[in-house]
Order: sequence, then structure tokens, then C-alpha cells
Amino acid sequence: MKAPVLRNLFRKQAIEMPPAIEAAALRSDRFRLEREPEWRRLEAILNRMEKGRLRSIPDEDVLALPALYRMAASSLSVARETSLDKSTLTYLESLVQRAWFQVYRPQQGFLGWLRGFLGGGLSRSVQQIWLDICIALAAMIAGTITGWLLVSRDQEWYYALVPTGFTDSRVPGATREVLLESLAVQQDAQGLSAFAAYLFSNNAGVSILAFALGFAFGVPSLLLLVHNMAVLGAMWWLFSDAGLSWEFAAWLSVHGTTELFAILLAGAAGIHIGRAMAFPGSRSIMAAAAQSGRRAAQVMAGVVLMLMVAALLEAFPRQLLGMNERFLIGGSMLAIWVTYFFALRPAKPPFLPEPRE
Amino acid sequence: MVITPEGIALPFTIGSRSARFGALMIDFMIIGFTLMLVTALLLWMFGGLLSSMGSSQGMNGPVEFLVIFYFLLLFVARYGYFLAFEMGPRGATPGKRLLGIRVAARDGGRLTAEAVIARNLLRDIEIFLPLVFIFSAPSGEGGPAGLAAMAWFACFMLFAVFNKDAMRAGDLIAGTWVVEAPRTKLAEALSTTTAAASGTSDVTGAKYSFGEAELAVYGEYELQTLERILRDGNEEAIGKVAETICRKIGWTAGTGDERAFLESFYAQLRARLEGGMRFGRRKADKHS
Repeated sequence: MKAPVLRNLFRKQAIEMPPAIEAAALRSDRFRLEREPEWRRLEAILNRMEKGRLRSIPDEDVLALPALYRMAASSLSVARETSLDKSTLTYLESLVQRAWFQVYRPQQGFLGWLRGFLGGGLSRSVQQIWLDICIALAAMIAGTITGWLLVSRDQEWYYALVPTGFTDSRVPGATREVLLESLAVQQDAQGLSAFAAYLFSNNAGVSILAFALGFAFGVPSLLLLVHNMAVLGAMWWLFSDAGLSWEFAAWLSVHGTTELFAILLAGAAGIHIGRAMAFPGSRSIMAAAAQSGRRAAQVMAGVVLMLMVAALLEAFPRQLLGMNERFLIGGSMLAIWVTYFFALRPAKPPFLPEPRE
Repeated sequence: MVITPEGIALPFTIGSRSARFGALMIDFMIIGFTLMLVTALLLWMFGGLLSSMGSSQGMNGPVEFLVIFYFLLLFVARYGYFLAFEMGPRGATPGKRLLGIRVAARDGGRLTAEAVIARNLLRDIEIFLPLVFIFSAPSGEGGPAGLAAMAWFACFMLFAVFNKDAMRAGDLIAGTWVVEAPRTKLAEALSTTTAAASGTSDVTGAKYSFGEAELAVYGEYELQTLERILRDGNEEAIGKVAETICRKIGWTAGTGDERAFLESFYAQLRARLEGGMRFGRRKADKHS
């Protein structure tokens, strides 16, 4: 199949041979002049592809690309053995390199990637880091309990844990009414979408940080999880102290099930990288880091999506709905995520190209 | 060095650290200027709206829309810029493209979307956090812990300086590296001029023909130096080189026809060396 194409290319070129070829004294220069039109054609196609103007490339050029690439590659290996023309060699090396990037680059566009990502890639990656999710979950539970215990022993801890600008009325010693009011249903949605946008960019930043810190063998990710959950534990203690446990849980659950899940995944992704680098097993550290990093990156893309959902939930339903609806939404969101990530078996078999080092 | 599926070894040069730093600066400047422009534009277009906000309570619809737009814009500028450009066909941000470098997969495979995401998400701990600590720690606010944190984050920031492949932490995680992506033009063939082809000068009609012993003094290195001199076309350098060669091979140097002399010498030397190459004899330079 391929050989005739190549032969055709050579034949066509032999017909259009420019007279200059005969003028060249050196065999290697004649070799070069004979193939030059094909190289130039390849270069022109590459220029267009690199500019992203795929549509403007004629069909026959697209079809010719693989053959042209192989021809340039074989020219390069011949030229390396027969030619001492430095500039031609440099040109061919850069041409073949550029063509190689285009021929072997991911063929799928953004939409294709998104489809593969949502339809299996994401949940597969999440399933693959189950152990890290367990570790992160343990850290989060431990953090919550720590926060609770610390504040219940000594209320000064509350101010140390919860950022001072975080709330105005939600402090130890506040009356039940004040606390209840802070959980109350708001009458209108004014300003809430801006709040949602702010929450999203803030939370996404924190999650990405938790992920990135995994690079230091995962320890800072764990610390960040523990610290963030200690804040939650402290606030929980505050509300349960006023007998508002259920109200607080309802208030939290609307977006919390999604957001805490996302933070859990982000922390787990960070731990996954840290663990792979600390205990690479039979792989080299570089290979282990690369493999786990790509897997974790998929999880992180999912985390950003989840945080978008969480921000929308946080801004609208949390502020506008009553207690039972809040639980309903929170619970069903949790059920949806768990089902999506763990219950549905991805159709395709897991395929992760093993990084060769 | 990457071996393509066709079995061709493609040499990859690791992008220099200075080029990468420069590329990063250019990218940050692009982002910064764009953000400044957009901010100024928004303020100019909707300044009236924002000032009216002070009087009425809360945010009205258009203002709220603007605020959302602005938050999302900041997020996209921070993370989306690098992702979008590096996932594109060139695998490089505008800054990298300007300095002739690009991102490539370390294993010679495809540069996947996951790899690009992974290498860019780590930028937080490599640039933003260290900068925060570097600016805050010396003030003594964080105490010794702040200084320790600064040193710790500085390790991430300087990660690329300490390994031979100039990988930053993100590259390590993603299995990528940054390589040079030169775009070279194909230069003219040198052996097509009459001087090179037949050894006869167009200017004087003199015929240059070199013997075996005269050509044997130089090797491939000298040949490629000569090639560079001829392609540069600097008259002064050509004169000097012609004189040197004449002295070396024992000819008396004439003037006025140096280019033709060098072209024929180049062509005949190359013919001799390439002829040797076909039989597996190579001569790297004049010493070998």
C-alpha cells in the first residue's frame, strides 16, 4: 500500500526534474536537489498545520503528509551517511522533527478528548487512585475530629483555626439566633452568581495547590487537608454547641458533598504523585512520576469541573432552599458522584501508555 | 535523542534555561498586558455602572455579570493560557514560540492533554507560592518557620537548575521536557555554481584544480567551517580564509578571485570527503 505511493512520488519528481540538478557537481547535492521539491512541499504543509489552519490544507496534501514525512526521514538517514552539507542536514533534522510532531501528535481535538474524559477516562483514573482516596479521606476525618476536639477543649483555638475575616457573627459565644440567622434562607438571588464565581476560582486555586503540593512526597497535601478540615470541625463544634447540628449539616451538605468530594480527590491526586515518587516500585522514579502525574492530572480536570458545580450549588440552592431540600440536594449529589466514579465500569479497558525512559 | 517509529534517531536539544525563563517572562507580560487592557476597557465602558453601584444597595444585573466575567477571566488567564497554547499544534506558548522552544513528551510519544495539564498545574508551587514567601519571609512576620518555608519553596523554584535535562517539577510529573524547535530555512546548494562544478572561475577564467595531497590536509570540521564562511558571504572573511588555505597547501595567494577559489576548493574537498564516506572512511578534522 505504502510503497506505490512512495514510488509515485519519486516518479513524478523525476519528470519535473529541474535543470539545476545536472549543474550540481557533487553527488550529495544532486541527491538534495532531486528531493528538494518534496521537502518544500512538506514544509509548506507543516507551516499551515502549525498555524492551526487544518481546513485550508487541500485533501491531497493531507493524504501525502505521511508519505512526505517518511520520505524526508529516509532522506535524512541517507544524507547523514553521504552528505557533508551542514545546512542541509540541519534543515532536514528540523524538518523531520517538525513533521514528526505533527504526524504523531494527538489526533483528537478538544471535544474528542472531553468525550473520552467524561465517558470513562475520569472515573477510571479515580478508581486507579482508590488507595490515595482512602488515605485522603482518613486525613480529612482526622482533621475534622481534631478541629472539633481542639475547639471544645479551648475556645481560643477557634480564632486560630477559622480565618478572622471569614465570618462576623459566627464566633464562640454567639447566640443561637445569630447562628441560625447565618444559615437562613435568603429572599433573593442578588449578588449570588458573582459570589459563585468568586467561590469557584478560590476553591479551584486551593485544590490545585493541594494537588501541586503532592510533589513534595504528598506530606503537604495531607497537612493542607487536615488544616482545612479542622476549620470545618471547629465550625461544626460551634453550631452543635448551640444545638444546630442538623441545620449546619443541611446548610453544608448542599454544596459540601460536591466540594468536599472534589477537595478529597484533589488531595488524593497529590498524595498519589507523592506516593508514586516515594515508592516507585520496579519503575524508575521518573517513569513513576510521569505515569502518576498524568493520571492525577485527569482527576484534577474532574476536580475543577466538580468545583464549578459546587459553586453553583453553593450560591443558589444553599441560600434559597429550606432544610429538607438542602439535605435532598446534598445527598443526591453525593449519590450521583459516587455512582459516576465507582459504580459505572468504564467500557474501554484501561489504557495508559507506559512512559518509556 | 528520540528514535522515531521509522527508526530514525532525531536529536533533541534541551531548551536552554535562559530561553525558558525569557519565554516565561514574555508569557507573563502578555497575560499582564492583556489583563490590564481588559480591565481598563471594562472600567472605561462600565465606569458609570460601577459608580452607580455605590449609591444603590447591592449589585444590579449588569455589574454582577461584569464581576463574574472578571473572576472567570482571571482564572482562565492564570491556568487556561498555558494549557490552551501548549495543547495546540505547536506545543508552545507565544513566548516559547518566539524563543524557538516547545514542549515534548520525554518518552518520544505523543504530548497528551493530561501531560500538559499536569505540568501546568504545578506552576502554583513553582512560581506563585515561592514568590509569596520570598516577599513575606524577610520581613520576619512568619518567624523562622517563614524563612524555612521560603527555603523549601525556593527548592521547587530552582528545581530546573539542578538537573541536566532542565526539567521543572511540572515536567517531572508530566513526563515532558522542553526542547529546541528550530525552524531553519533550506540554504542554496553550493556546488551548482560554475566555480564549484568545474573549478573554472567566472571572473578570471582561471581553472582551479587541487591534487590529492592538497585536499588531504582538511577534514569535515574545516569543510563545514568553510561552508559557513561561503554562506555568510562576508568578503573580508572570505579573503582571510582563502589566504590561510593557500598558505596551508603551499599555493601563492592571488587577489580578486577568492570566492571562486574557495568554492572550487570546497566542492573538491567535499567530493573527496564524501567519496571517502561512501567507503566508510571519515576524517573528522585536520588532526585526524
